[in-house]
Amino acid sequence: MKCRVCGQEANISLRAYNTALCADDFTFFLEKRVSDTIQKYHLVEKNDTPIVAVSGGKDSLSIWHILNKLGYGADGLYVDLGIGDYSRESLEKIKKMAETLKCKVFVFHIRKIFERSIDEIAKTIRRVPCSACGMIKRYVMNKVCIDKGYNVLITGHNLDDEAAALMGNLLYWKEEYLWKKSPLLEGREGHLSRKVKPLFLCSEREMAAYALISRIDYIYEECPFSVNAKSLTYKAILNNLEETSPGTKLQFIKGYLKMVKGGEETTRDLTYCASCGYPCYGDKCNMCRLLERFHIENKIDFAVYGGQP
Amino acid sequence: MKIELDGKAYEIEKPMEVSRLLQQFSLSRETHLVIVNDRLVTEDHRLVRDDRVKFIRVVSGG
Repeated sequence: MKCRVCGQEANISLRAYNTALCADDFTFFLEKRVSDTIQKYHLVEKNDTPIVAVSGGKDSLSIWHILNKLGYGADGLYVDLGIGDYSRESLEKIKKMAETLKCKVFVFHIRKIFERSIDEIAKTIRRVPCSACGMIKRYVMNKVCIDKGYNVLITGHNLDDEAAALMGNLLYWKEEYLWKKSPLLEGREGHLSRKVKPLFLCSEREMAAYALISRIDYIYEECPFSVNAKSLTYKAILNNLEETSPGTKLQFIKGYLKMVKGGEETTRDLTYCASCGYPCYGDKCNMCRLLERFHIENKIDFAVYGGQP
Repeated sequence: MKIELDGKAYEIEKPMEVSRLLQQFSLSRETHLVIVNDRLVTEDHRLVRDDRVKFIRVVSGG
């Protein structure tokens, strides 16, 4: 296959766009797609102070790299789940990227606060690790924004993540979650940061190719607790459809965005935690309840690595 | 050619296109990228005897 732009040998075929591109033209294409998404949906403005939630994987490290390349100076946040070599290796790759970008990375070490790893916490509260992990991550991601003065939180959710989640929500008609499938989730002044997903229209395959071509050193191993995740089943189904009908995932998400325009967020009974101010549906948020359960009085704090001297 | 998939090594003698190799390993082009001699290639790339091939899984979840 030849590159559609320059005619040189192509490095990647993009069947959803009925085209193929060489490494340089693909890099330009993907960065432009991210830049266009940011501008079209007003995800990040020039005066914003963005921070990227990084896991060490291809998507979050790539979006961190791209944002800084596009001139949006963004720092990083990592939640260290305390899962042995997996967490250690992830942190090393994140620190390396912070050094390359000359950016700060805030790290929340779960073990330092809870004296346990995420799976041990989950076991105690009788939840599956992914549920406990999601709850803690959402809280910590918001906390770093509120405490450290970042007004927009960026995540590396890609097209496949969003299509899989949307499929799950539709299959079980979880109407209360449907509005969340948007590239932008508005915040609440002083309580909840704005969340944005600039990779919303970039496929997982494109992001892996971008990371490889840009020589981004990401963690290839999967979180050991994600093995039986339902999202992987949905992704497999969607990829089977994509194999025979290229562009299906993109049409699914783009069509959804058109349909959901004007949809309203359900905020029934939403209040703020009496202890910390985080939005919740009771007198206290789940994180404050969790800290109480373990008799922890330490305030949520972050280690900081990298940044300009 | 030497092939690497999920940390395991395989050896195949017969030259073929990348798409054919993906089929042989029952892999989808949607879920795996192919690196030949440290370079990302498309599915119609013709593999030869001394090539070093690596499959990269692109799907992550959880």
